[in-house]
Amino acid sequence: MSLRNKLIFIAIGIYFGIVISKSEAISWFRIQEMFRFQSFHMYGLLMSGVVTAALSLKVIRWFDIKTIDGQPIEVAPKETKPWKAYLLGGTCFGIGWAFTGACPGPLYTLIGTGLTIMAVPLLFAFVGAWTYGYLKPKLPH
Amino acid sequence: MELLLAPWPWYVSGPLIGLTVPLLLIFGGRVFGMSSSLRHVCAAVYPGKVEYLRYDWRKEGLWLLLMVLGLVVGGYIGGNVLRAENSVAISSETVNDLSQLGISDIQGLAPVSLFSWSSLFTWPTILLLVVGGFLIGFGTRWANGCTSGHGITGLANLQWPSLLAVTGFFIGGLFATHLLFPLIF
Repeated sequence: MSLRNKLIFIAIGIYFGIVISKSEAISWFRIQEMFRFQSFHMYGLLMSGVVTAALSLKVIRWFDIKTIDGQPIEVAPKETKPWKAYLLGGTCFGIGWAFTGACPGPLYTLIGTGLTIMAVPLLFAFVGAWTYGYLKPKLPH
Repeated sequence: MELLLAPWPWYVSGPLIGLTVPLLLIFGGRVFGMSSSLRHVCAAVYPGKVEYLRYDWRKEGLWLLLMVLGLVVGGYIGGNVLRAENSVAISSETVNDLSQLGISDIQGLAPVSLFSWSSLFTWPTILLLVVGGFLIGFGTRWANGCTSGHGITGLANLQWPSLLAVTGFFIGGLFATHLLFPLIF
């Protein structure tokens, strides 16, 4: 990977980190508010985020926009799993989201804000990902 | 400058979150989704004999690990340099519900009484951070994505598995908030 491309990924990470911290999507309190249906904030965030991303994808397809290296843009995942994996895996993550108030992205971001205790759930998120890989052949998929 | 320092309203930050998808596609040729980073770190540090972790993580995942580095820096900027106050403007109903659970320090990004090194060896904190962290890694890899990959990218691309996954996120979150929290606290 060229230095230019490396810097691009770091820059997009910085952009996303600033936006999610300023949006309060990384706040444990906001996640609690969301799961108690007591504010529109998180729903507004997610919905306007999805709509913006969807319109962007439309524009990319409409004008057949390429990457800056001239490659065609492909979004669909290479592999799909049976429905149980999405629902059961999603439910496990949902519990973790409510417990920690964080998704994977916010875990890193929160450490950056100075809430270093989030290194503990991050470490165990690695353990969880490893355990999934170990158990994968035995789990319902 | 004051506008930058205050929390950004959802109708500003939501679209900015959504723009991450085309930014990554056009400038990086990559599909937005953060939870694969957990897999890449495992593959890089200790793949063991696990088939799922034996692949070329540099080729597949170096870009995302660089983005993770950016996220930490972004968190430092967004959480310190561009931050004026420590209060959170959550609804009074939520404040009320949390105080009934015994959580009354409503400031910062998480309640310090639970999310601090000094509380690490108390049961509620162990459950929230250790079990919660484990389930983030385990669940997002099982479901093939998290809030960014399924919640933003997948839904925007009208992928039905992402709708299933997001349904699961809410089943789990509601179960934890309404049934488990009263037992934990």
